[in-house]
Amino acid sequence: MTSIRSIDRFEYRAPGSLDETLDILKTSGTDAKVLAGGTDLILQMKQGLIRPSLVVDVKKVPELNRLEWDEVGGLHVGAVVPLNKLATFPAILERYNILAQACSVIGSAQVRNRGTMAGNICNAAPSADSAPALLCLGAGAVVASSNGARSIDLNDFFVAPGETAIGDGELMVEIEVPTPPPHSAGCYIRHTTREEMDIAVVGVASFLTLSPQDKTLKEARIALGAVAPTPVRAHGAEAFLTGKSVTPDIIEEVAEKAAAEANPISDLRGSAEYRRELVRVLVRRTLRESCSELGLIE
Amino acid sequence: MAKYSVVGKRVPRIDALNKVTGTAVYSGDVILPDMLYGKVLRNPHTHAIIQRLDVTKAQALEGVKAVITASDVPGYQSRSPLLLAEMPHLAQEKVTYAGQPVAVVAATSIEIAEKAVDLIEVEYEELPPILDVLESMKPETPPIYPDLYTNFIASPPSDEDSTPSNIAYHMVINRGDLEAGFKEADLILENTFRTQPVHHGYLEPFAAVASVDMGGKVIVWTQSQGVFTARQMIAAFLDLPASRVNLVPVEIGGAFGGKSFLALAPLCALLALKTGRPVRMEMSRDEVIKAARPAPGSVTTIKMGVTKEGYITAASISLIYDAGGFPEMSHTMFARGNTLSHYKIPNLKIEAFDVLTNKVPVTYYRAPGTPQNHFAVESQMDLIARVLDMDPLQLRIQNIAVEGDTAPSGEILPKVGYKETLERMAEYLKEKGSLQGDDQGRGVACGFWHGATVTFGAYVHINIDGSVTLVVGVTDVSGSRTSIAQIVAEEFGIPMESVSVVVGDTDTAPWASPSVGSQTIYSLSQAVYRACQDAKEQLRHLAAARFEVEASGFEFANGRLIFQGDAEKSIAIGSLARYSISFRGAGPVVGRGSIGGLPPAPSVAVHAADVEIDKETGKVKVLSYAVAQDVGLAVNPLSVEGQIQGAVTQGIGWALMEGYQFDQGKVQNDTLLDYRMPTATDVPMIDALLVEVGSDSGIYGIRHVGEPPIVGALAAIANAIQSATGVRIKELPMTPEAILNGLKEQNKS
Amino acid sequence: MKIKVNGQDYEITVEPGRTLLDILRYELRLTGTKEGCGTGSCGSCTVLLDGEAVNSCLVFAIEVEGKEITTIEGLSQQGKLHPLQQAFIDEGAVQCGFCTPGVILTAKAFLDSNPHPTELEIRQAIAGNLCRCTGYDKIVRAIMSATNS
Repeated sequence: MTSIRSIDRFEYRAPGSLDETLDILKTSGTDAKVLAGGTDLILQMKQGLIRPSLVVDVKKVPELNRLEWDEVGGLHVGAVVPLNKLATFPAILERYNILAQACSVIGSAQVRNRGTMAGNICNAAPSADSAPALLCLGAGAVVASSNGARSIDLNDFFVAPGETAIGDGELMVEIEVPTPPPHSAGCYIRHTTREEMDIAVVGVASFLTLSPQDKTLKEARIALGAVAPTPVRAHGAEAFLTGKSVTPDIIEEVAEKAAAEANPISDLRGSAEYRRELVRVLVRRTLRESCSELGLIE
Repeated sequence: MAKYSVVGKRVPRIDALNKVTGTAVYSGDVILPDMLYGKVLRNPHTHAIIQRLDVTKAQALEGVKAVITASDVPGYQSRSPLLLAEMPHLAQEKVTYAGQPVAVVAATSIEIAEKAVDLIEVEYEELPPILDVLESMKPETPPIYPDLYTNFIASPPSDEDSTPSNIAYHMVINRGDLEAGFKEADLILENTFRTQPVHHGYLEPFAAVASVDMGGKVIVWTQSQGVFTARQMIAAFLDLPASRVNLVPVEIGGAFGGKSFLALAPLCALLALKTGRPVRMEMSRDEVIKAARPAPGSVTTIKMGVTKEGYITAASISLIYDAGGFPEMSHTMFARGNTLSHYKIPNLKIEAFDVLTNKVPVTYYRAPGTPQNHFAVESQMDLIARVLDMDPLQLRIQNIAVEGDTAPSGEILPKVGYKETLERMAEYLKEKGSLQGDDQGRGVACGFWHGATVTFGAYVHINIDGSVTLVVGVTDVSGSRTSIAQIVAEEFGIPMESVSVVVGDTDTAPWASPSVGSQTIYSLSQAVYRACQDAKEQLRHLAAARFEVEASGFEFANGRLIFQGDAEKSIAIGSLARYSISFRGAGPVVGRGSIGGLPPAPSVAVHAADVEIDKETGKVKVLSYAVAQDVGLAVNPLSVEGQIQGAVTQGIGWALMEGYQFDQGKVQNDTLLDYRMPTATDVPMIDALLVEVGSDSGIYGIRHVGEPPIVGALAAIANAIQSATGVRIKELPMTPEAILNGLKEQNKS
Repeated sequence: MKIKVNGQDYEITVEPGRTLLDILRYELRLTGTKEGCGTGSCGSCTVLLDGEAVNSCLVFAIEVEGKEITTIEGLSQQGKLHPLQQAFIDEGAVQCGFCTPGVILTAKAFLDSNPHPTELEIRQAIAGNLCRCTGYDKIVRAIMSATNS
């Protein structure tokens, strides 16, 4: 594995506006790196995994510090907003429980005081805890370059381990998360060996929307972490569940289908077989908890 | 125990104030002017021959002041590096584990030193690695070292038939008639248990600072558990007389046996000697995990026979410790005193091996080799209790050794409190009541530690204001400074605040063995006590001369001497000290104490773990944990409890989540994220039940404290897991995945 | 750059690659802040950055220009120990002491935001601070007792 060593010299810029940042990114080489919380970036620099010649600290860019919610526009989490701010933001606590759960298990208190949700997904680890929750919530990443801004559906955001759809010269500005529809509930559960300060062996988020008239599920979303090269949706399991009235048997079947859809590898944290089993267990648990919140089961 | 006024009291540590304010000085905090920075080049291969080693480019780099390889080590000229066991052995012809040092650089900045290391050219010819101890032991397996003979290391024994071997040490104990013993048994169980190497997990990585004065004396600041042994080792490495080396003690950021090994200091000292400038070296955490020597992994096979009434008739045990790529000091040596020693077993065989492989070499960790063997022994006891349907504590109580029994080593047991400790736990658990939950289980296990015999000196200076300065050479890894200050306060009847404890450097302090093996306070207390008695005797004579009475008539109370309760014939010790150094005085009062040859005061800790298992994921939650331990007399119960609670937490980590993960002999989990040690959320409050069956040999009845509470933890957790799930895990760590696999197997059958 | 540490202003020159930890220890000689892993996994290097606990090994010094840093050296006021420091001494929560500055600072930031925590909340709050000596028992008790003082 990788040894820690001194960080090579680099140029540091801390622009105060979005335009200035985008200008810098436009003219800089491909080895420029954007610095937000630094809990992943600085670590990778110390390990010599990346050796940027330019580091652009974007914490002073006002647009990236945005943390807002309104019913229509949904939630906007600027790229530099630290994770700990999310856990105490009233709108998140009231309406985005699944996201609060996911963000509160990342790293330690110290890490959450620096690290950001944008960083968590830009690092594009298959195990990123916020990713399954964001995938379930239908989130998008707003990125900008000197050519303008675009929104990337999170379903299209993760390309490969450590690789995202953000292009050269583009900057992650914020994550936008639509307001969850009425009669919806979700949760994120992960399995780790250690209770805290650990990487998910498997993480599962489920998010259900109920048709209150007939108590069937209008929509079901299930997203899996650490069981594929990227965080993924279990589309087959979702399709099976959508439109159904939930029974314990159906939950079992959905869990089975999600496990079959997972494509895990064996590594230091667990075997592929164990991970598949965990998908089964955690899908079951997240569904039960969501259903219970919706009043479908006790 | 109201017998004493200071000893036995819960006293805050005297070093705590410096530590909570950030002013305590650790090795890495020593910053000297004009300092150079050292960096080690480490070999990436598990097993290889060095074909070419060229340092010229590194030497030519601006800012590089020295580059050292094995051929520059003065100590290697006169002796085999195999004999310099507890030091970083710079590779000579071959490398025997990934991470082995090959060269060391000193430069004007750490950045330059790192660049210089990159410029060193090494060509290796890779050899097939030997990774499995059982494979390595086979006679047909090629020896990793051509000059390593079993129990004889670097020089062949006189026996002409002997051949080099990967078995560095081998030990056998036979007692009684094993075969007959097994014939008497109604039940015989045989099982094999495996453990992986584990990291001590001290939070402070290795660091060293060395400088050389104008007279050529090498001064070293480093976190050694024994500054005097460190001085000897560094002197041997440099081929200098010990008087040319001075070790300065610093605070140690956790050691647990891992810091008898000198990972950097000898290299740092050699760089300082070569450059004439101070040099500082630090290890990164990944270097610590990969190259600073964990505790050994093990393969233990135990066979035990019992009658249907639950009396052990015979036992045989084979312990194989994975020594890694260098014949580190023997774990076999500890197996002699610490295996099957706490039970009455009429017929037994104990066999132990330290076997080389091409993995990171190992060193001692809290009760060296003993948690591994107790994982087997105490799991086995539990399995027997289940078959016999006996209470596991009762099975232990009826087989426990008592005073006068002969241990497997041949030693006659002195006064011990094993049985009292088991009974204390039985009482505690009865009060606590049984567990209710379906997924919950309780496990009990004993942890035994025999103890060691070491030597210490102490000086006591009586100051003119009546305060007392105690000078020792003992590095404090367990709160020893506080405990010995309590003893001085007790002996002179003075408040703790009037005692100053100085841990001197090797030029000024009296000799001290390393702080290892739970013997520091046990042995050191005797040296300190004797130094106090020596000073008191001198004070009595001074007082006797002054009052013209018999010296033996003086008692000490509240910092004063009083002659037979006569207030007229009373004087403060400070006044006597003042007169003693005055113009006509008899000279300063200096008490001297030495201790050696103290017999060990063995102890048992009885563990009880309550766990809850998530049967769908295999995850274990430790609900509560208690340890009853015979501590003889707790000089400072606050420290004793802290030792127990810390040791248990290390044991819980070892049982459930810690363990080196190798890929072809290379350590994969080399960060503190991937090498998981318990956080505060992984352990419960830990009840320490102090049993005080005073030892015959320790002053005030003191016994060994620090090691027993880790020893039983591995089996206690394994036994609790079986209680909760029916699944018996025989390999550590007992990961959620392993437990879930066990549950699946169980469902199949 | 300008940096305010323990209420004192410093003006220093730093290479961008130097971490806050490096600067505190080797430029300002505030060696109470310790490095246990360098990767943000042990919490030994915890300092308060505008009152919040951060791993100073994963912060570039240059990022904190104009911000206020508190290290363990700055916790006691006018020679009087902070209640947490006193509680750590009294409860026996200090053994080797290497993790102690980081744990105390993490606990301080935590208690500032949650003055009456449960045992579980305390354990979760300090989960980013590894301690190998104490088994956390006495640390948790010390933090609890500091909430009562």
